[in-house]
Amino acid sequence: MTIKRMLLASIAIACVTAPVSASAETADKKIALSNNYAGNSWRQAMLTSWDKITKDAVSQGIVAAADPFTTAENQATEQAAQIQNLILQGYDAIVINAASPTALNGAVKEACDAGIVVVSFDGIVTEPCAWRIAVDFKAMGESQIEYLAEKMPDGGNLLEIRGLAGVSVDDEIHAGIQAGVEKHPQFKIAGSVNGDWAQDVAQRAVAGILPSLPEIKAVVTQGGDGYGAAQAFAAADRPIPTIVMGNREDELRWWKEQKDANGYETMSVSIAPGVSTLAFWVAQQILDGQDVKKELVVPFLRIDQDNLEANLETTEAGGVANVEYSLEDAQKVIDAAM
Amino acid sequence: MRLSSSAVRLIIPAASLAVLLAAVFYMQPRAMSYTGLNLLFNLAVPIALATIAQMLIMSVNDLDLSMGAFVSFCACVAATFLQTSPAIGVLIFLGAIAVYAGIGVVIHLRQLPSIVVTLGMSFVWGGLAVLLLPSPGGAAPGWVRWLMTVKPPLVPMAIVASVIIAAVTHYVVMRSSFGVLIRGVGGNNRSVERAGWSVVGIRAAAYALAGLFAVLAGIALVGLTTAADANIALRYTLLSIAGVILGGGEFVGGRVSPIGAVIGALTLTLAGSFLSFMRISPDWQIGAQGAILIVVLALRLFLNRVEKREKNR
Repeated sequence: MTIKRMLLASIAIACVTAPVSASAETADKKIALSNNYAGNSWRQAMLTSWDKITKDAVSQGIVAAADPFTTAENQATEQAAQIQNLILQGYDAIVINAASPTALNGAVKEACDAGIVVVSFDGIVTEPCAWRIAVDFKAMGESQIEYLAEKMPDGGNLLEIRGLAGVSVDDEIHAGIQAGVEKHPQFKIAGSVNGDWAQDVAQRAVAGILPSLPEIKAVVTQGGDGYGAAQAFAAADRPIPTIVMGNREDELRWWKEQKDANGYETMSVSIAPGVSTLAFWVAQQILDGQDVKKELVVPFLRIDQDNLEANLETTEAGGVANVEYSLEDAQKVIDAAM
Repeated sequence: MRLSSSAVRLIIPAASLAVLLAAVFYMQPRAMSYTGLNLLFNLAVPIALATIAQMLIMSVNDLDLSMGAFVSFCACVAATFLQTSPAIGVLIFLGAIAVYAGIGVVIHLRQLPSIVVTLGMSFVWGGLAVLLLPSPGGAAPGWVRWLMTVKPPLVPMAIVASVIIAAVTHYVVMRSSFGVLIRGVGGNNRSVERAGWSVVGIRAAAYALAGLFAVLAGIALVGLTTAADANIALRYTLLSIAGVILGGGEFVGGRVSPIGAVIGALTLTLAGSFLSFMRISPDWQIGAQGAILIVVLALRLFLNRVEKREKNR
């Protein structure tokens, strides 16, 4: 009788523990998101994506909790205090979108010393003990020229719309575009303006420089400026060149209209706010005991002629095309860095 | 037995700190440890130093709106010059303290409103900080880092530092004759002048001392963060003012309390942690922080009134 009971009990225990074998390592782990700012559509989309993906993960028992925390004032000292509070609250991993690349290093070090996994993304931290999921903006710039080189082998004049002067992202995308032009000397940058990643600024800047430019074959951009450039070309009554877009909803909509009307072809590239979910899965993988390189590169979201409609459909009016990452995507990113 | 009015002033900030601390311990028992206390309070050390600096300015009836920008500037100097060539770094700090004394002189001689002058200076300090560190970076000098992460036996660094700051400034401001003069200028500037003292000199000295504490705040901050950026401490302007008021200080009349100011800084820091442990959404956090301030101040106003009524009786 007692032996029978013991057997039954052990079978019961085996049945209970068996199904979670795939994620048993992290089922009791808690992950926190420390976010410095929530005041624009990109950040809102980022938080929504986090919410959506992590809720599923928690209900599936992959992790115990995944709570987002946002600081009220977008100040580094405030976020440092927030991170120290998260350490006290006993989280096993902290995913950070940082207010400053350096001013959080002390708090991040405290977290590492307490045995907490720290993964930073978008706004990354320089503290060596943390993981970084950075965007390869240079490759993003270069990919535009690669696309154009394939589309128009004869090359031609380019107009470059740059971002906000003095910001590192602008420098990096610009460097990528220049590297691309060096590799494909059939292209020549005939003019360059600052569009500040905003449609209205880009439109004004392009309208100002257009009269002095020769025939433009293509416009390379940084995102948020493609629609304004198209408006400026249309207003000046000039043939509309191939304008590389930046995943904003108005850009995609305009592209779709042109595509339906006259078969207009281009591509669109930017980073997806859903990168927060990639950081979540990377943190989960590290907690799971996987060997992950400290420097990871986030793939950018590219939209082409054939998947334009699908992306436009899922993008909210006035928003940015988004993609949420899955565990498999994160594993691909991790393997790529190996 | 009746309590003196200065003791009553101290009771409220100390009690609010104790209540908050009890609430935090209740919600997060992990905080009730050596490391826990250090994590809760170590970022309060630079805030406490900045609050003391602000308190010195307020004790001569002025207000420093450049505190945050100046501490940011000092943090940038600490992360660059103080680390690479300490002699130049110290010289820059001495120069900055001299500028603070100069501001005090100008404000006194020209009878300018301190709010306007220091608001203007905040742009100067901000600009200098950006010139020093156009992009975030730098590194904390080794000894500063050591000082801020040292693990004394029994009591964590953050508590030891707060007690030392409170004790030293209490001695300087409340016990030394220099402190009496500073508070005298805030209380009744003319009688100090009639007694044969140079009010310009006293004001300049108060400003210089405030500059010194702000410099220390910048250095302490870099010791905690390991690196600086030009906007690192912008919150400190309002935090320091709130800390002084919370600690029982007044905007006018030279009525200040160094121990109270340190407690005020600790309370403000703890209030942030408390709200974070409560899981209050960030949209409400600023409001909740304000609510805590208002409750504490209302309590003090109430006690003040009780005190006055008893005196009149």
